[in-house]
Amino acid sequence: MTVDQWVALAAGILGGALRVGAPFLFVSLGECLTEKSGRINLGLEGVLVLSAMAAFGGAYYSGSPWVGVLCGAVAGALLALLHGLLCSLDGVNDVATGIALMMLGMGLAFYLGKPLIQPQAPQIPALALGNWSDSPAVRSALQVNALVPIGVVLAGVMYLTFRSTRWGLLVRMAGDSAQAARALGYSVSGIRIAATTAGGFIAGLGGASLTLFYPGSWNEGISSGQGLIAVALVIFARWSPLRCVGAAVLFGGAGAIGPALQSVGISWGYHLFNTVPYVLTLVILVLTCKPGSVVVGSPGELSATR
Amino acid sequence: MRATLTHIGLPAGAILASLLLFGVFVWFAGVSPVDVWVLLFKGAFGDAYSWQNTLQRAAPLMLTALCVAVPARSGLVIIGGEGALVLGGLACAALPYVVPLPDNLAGTVLVGAAGATAGALWIMLAGWLRQYRGINETISSLLLAYVAIGLFKHFVEGPLRDPASLNKPSTNALSEGLRIGGIAGTDVHWGLALGLVACVALGLWLRWTPSGFSIRVVGGNPRTAQLVGLPATRLILLACALGGACAGLAGAVEVAAVHTSANASLIAGYGYAGILVSFMARHNPLGIIPVAILFGGFGAAGSLLQRRLGLPDASVLVLQGMAFVLILASESLRGKDWQAFLAGLFRPAVPAKGPSPAQVSMGDKVA
Repeated sequence: MTVDQWVALAAGILGGALRVGAPFLFVSLGECLTEKSGRINLGLEGVLVLSAMAAFGGAYYSGSPWVGVLCGAVAGALLALLHGLLCSLDGVNDVATGIALMMLGMGLAFYLGKPLIQPQAPQIPALALGNWSDSPAVRSALQVNALVPIGVVLAGVMYLTFRSTRWGLLVRMAGDSAQAARALGYSVSGIRIAATTAGGFIAGLGGASLTLFYPGSWNEGISSGQGLIAVALVIFARWSPLRCVGAAVLFGGAGAIGPALQSVGISWGYHLFNTVPYVLTLVILVLTCKPGSVVVGSPGELSATR
Repeated sequence: MRATLTHIGLPAGAILASLLLFGVFVWFAGVSPVDVWVLLFKGAFGDAYSWQNTLQRAAPLMLTALCVAVPARSGLVIIGGEGALVLGGLACAALPYVVPLPDNLAGTVLVGAAGATAGALWIMLAGWLRQYRGINETISSLLLAYVAIGLFKHFVEGPLRDPASLNKPSTNALSEGLRIGGIAGTDVHWGLALGLVACVALGLWLRWTPSGFSIRVVGGNPRTAQLVGLPATRLILLACALGGACAGLAGAVEVAAVHTSANASLIAGYGYAGILVSFMARHNPLGIIPVAILFGGFGAAGSLLQRRLGLPDASVLVLQGMAFVLILASESLRGKDWQAFLAGLFRPAVPAKGPSPAQVSMGDKVA
């Protein structure tokens, strides 16, 4: 490979990390909020697909990408609300419900999104962070989704909220000790339903950035497990919103290796490089989890990490 | 007697409710719900042709549902059956590349065994990661499914590709002698018999043998299993291997009986539909048989809904999702003391809540 190719490859992976990482960022922030309240939402995969469809549809029919973003977030919140309500019933397991909602969300999205496969929708504007460079490869790689800065700010806000506000403390208390929350007279189910719904809203922004920025169109293969990777990513980030940002960029970079190699003309092993995020997730889980012990920082009521 | 009634009544009620809900849903699309219900029934069980179609789809569903059910009885929620299925199909198609096979039943058994082995190892990996590294098996099995699909595409579009397959990358077709044929001249292939035998055999094994019982103890109450000295890890890995073998076999059967070579048509979502089937059968292998036939039927009717009423092909997915949500929600009705509940309606007092059997069996898996 020539020097230019190496530069293009590096720019492709770096830019791809920001592009591919955006949905990871929002879904992991949403999942972080949900898990902090003591519930796991595996249905975020369904939330992601449904909100991606809703965002695309909203932008296409209204002509404004921001209406689309709102539609996506609201659709995500509604599906997550269903998860929250179902899990509050007696004897209903949150992992199983998550699997069910994954299926329901995908079914609804494919069903309602059928007429949206062909058309083009207005896209979220890009922030050109690469204008300092002369290289067109670097410039095009550093076109960043306008939602990304919002996500980074959101991560900071969530960190501060969890650390030093009454609401943040309530969510953490519901997640760490339901007994304590009950003893203080708060409804644990209520807190968890609210946190799950808000988490779905945030994850819906991730769906919007899938269809309205990168890859920028709606099709039935739009998400292949990003929602689930985000669940593992939250474990990796040890339930800290700030660490979620770094983890999302890392995973985005891993996901961008395949397309970046293809863009410089290397197509061997394209499908193998596309599995890198999943393998990376597994490797990270192997490194962070220990048998018979709870991961540091995990909410006490959370079932899936024990 | 009452327990049996709720065992059958709750899932049946959930399916009826999901059909009703689905009717309302298609009504919004301007389609008459009655037409949809009639077509669903006709397309699934209306005539000999649709029965063939239904049973052909039920066969892999039974096997992939076992991949959820057997590990579930040992306390694991494995949802990566799609990965085992895909790798099973790949192993089945790849074996003739590696060793010369006799072109007869013995060869068919060998390619089937290759598929089952691949699936067994793949699901055992998820079980191993849980037992030795403490990784949640639900997440890891699904991640492994995506890895398996990536591997499948890599091999089918790369090293194993038949150069003659231009538009649709495929492996070399299995030779005639290795394929699995229809039962008595119909389209229903012998994979259905394999599925039935596997369901019955595993059902009897779990119910009547010491090792099957041990697995249920490990899944039902890990603490008891530890106290009586059961080798929990070995049993869990065994359950994973058996379940994975079933899903791998499903992939091999799909290749040997339906597609004749490994190609993208194999990735048809049977692994995910199997999760629903298993949950609806309450992870009971014998219960899987009727549920798999029912959902095989809905799958078969899907194309009819698309052709006759112009509904998107994903409408069956919506129906499945609704059924799954409702079956889980119906668990909250299980073990309710209805008399106390009704009395409670007229008194302000809160009725006492004991842990239902469902709660005990599901709640313990996470320990």
